[in-house]
Amino acid sequence: MLDTEALAQPKQEVGTARAWTRFPRQVLVVAFKDLRAELRTKEAINASFGFALVILLLFSFAFDPFEETTRAISGGLLWIVFAFAGTLVLNRSFARELPNDCLDALIAAPISGAALFLGKALANYVLVLAVELVALPVFGIFYNVRWASQFPELFLVMLLGTWALTIIGTIFSALTVNIKLREVMLPMLTYPILVPALMACMRLTTALVTGVPIDADNMAWLKVLTGFDIVFTAVSLVLVETVLVG
Amino acid sequence: MSAVAVEGIWKFYGDYPALRDVRIEAPPGACLALIGRNGAGKTTLLRIVAGFSRAQRGKIRIWGKEPREAETRRQIGFIGHGISVYDELSALENLTLFGRLYGLADPRRSALEWLERTGLERVRNGLVREFSRGMRQRLAVARAFLHEPSVLLLDEPFTALDDRAIAVLQRLLREALAAGKTIVMSTHQLREALELSTHVALLTRGQLAFHGPRTPEMVEDPGYVYARYGEDRPN
Repeated sequence: MLDTEALAQPKQEVGTARAWTRFPRQVLVVAFKDLRAELRTKEAINASFGFALVILLLFSFAFDPFEETTRAISGGLLWIVFAFAGTLVLNRSFARELPNDCLDALIAAPISGAALFLGKALANYVLVLAVELVALPVFGIFYNVRWASQFPELFLVMLLGTWALTIIGTIFSALTVNIKLREVMLPMLTYPILVPALMACMRLTTALVTGVPIDADNMAWLKVLTGFDIVFTAVSLVLVETVLVG
Repeated sequence: MSAVAVEGIWKFYGDYPALRDVRIEAPPGACLALIGRNGAGKTTLLRIVAGFSRAQRGKIRIWGKEPREAETRRQIGFIGHGISVYDELSALENLTLFGRLYGLADPRRSALEWLERTGLERVRNGLVREFSRGMRQRLAVARAFLHEPSVLLLDEPFTALDDRAIAVLQRLLREALAAGKTIVMSTHQLREALELSTHVALLTRGQLAFHGPRTPEMVEDPGYVYARYGEDRPN
């Protein structure tokens, strides 16, 4: 005679004492898995970093670094490079799960779509931010801007802007994972949505690298950026289960 | 209570009904062989039962609960067409990862135990991308069994397995059945499947053509179910 009551109970020890830390632990497990896999292959990070350097170099040929107009658009140039280079990392995020049908195993695991999504977003955030931090001094040299003069404020803008890029890129990476032309579709879908965040980043960065502090005039852009991050993080967390399972 | 209950499932791809009002039950401790020709809807049905895909109509119940509930997913072990392990990670890292995701008390110890049970303990630190096909398949089996699921969903589990992996899987399936676990497996390898199974379900073009206990005739002649209930039956 089978003890169906016992069979119907999970065998894992998931003590209630640890229940409140379960979600952050699951997020970190997914994030570390992605980071470890990427650091072993270096597929996305090498491509992204190489692309950022090449674009910065090409733009430096097109714009005279000693002209005032170049400094006036330097924030825009920098964030175009970050957005393009970031897309190369974000494209790999869910595509990495396709060989061997690994996405099935993740969806089958008893973790919420939100934990899976945040774990992937966190790994992407670290990778994109790493590319940006290496590209930033190169940008300073090529465009003759004082990026270090207000670095804490600039770093804050980079943290917020990169999160916007990451959160939108990750959710659309999940959405386009089964599309054959996902490398083309991802930027086509993400850039229009990212316009408010990119505009805020460009305005704030241009101000900061030309010596203008964050004051009442450009504080509105910082609020736009923060609001964008909060709203789209919340929307993505709500929608991700539907995106993954339908 | 059924371990697995499929209650009037309909699934459409565009206008095409891939599954039409499918109703199947697998009692606790049963081994249900889900058979049918290519395109009959076996994989679609298993993916819905596993919670990877949603049906447009009908319900799935695993031990009376929705398959997408976290508690239900802890009960399910799935082997699909892919091996569902990461090439860039070692065998031990893969199993430890899934052990953590399933909330095992000691993921590393469980991982080591299953590496030993599947004969992979000597290559535990080797990257999966360096493994032979057979080793990768045994690792996939270890991944599916790692969290001791009470319901095993296997999509053509014997296809493309080498001899050793078939032997490992058959041994583990017999042990699982002896422990009262429930197995639902889709397969084209009728002989292997019917020897293990207690129940049979035949899908024909998305519809259930037969569902019932396995009979001695089915084991003697694996083509019997198709001839008696399937498209091959005389009009």
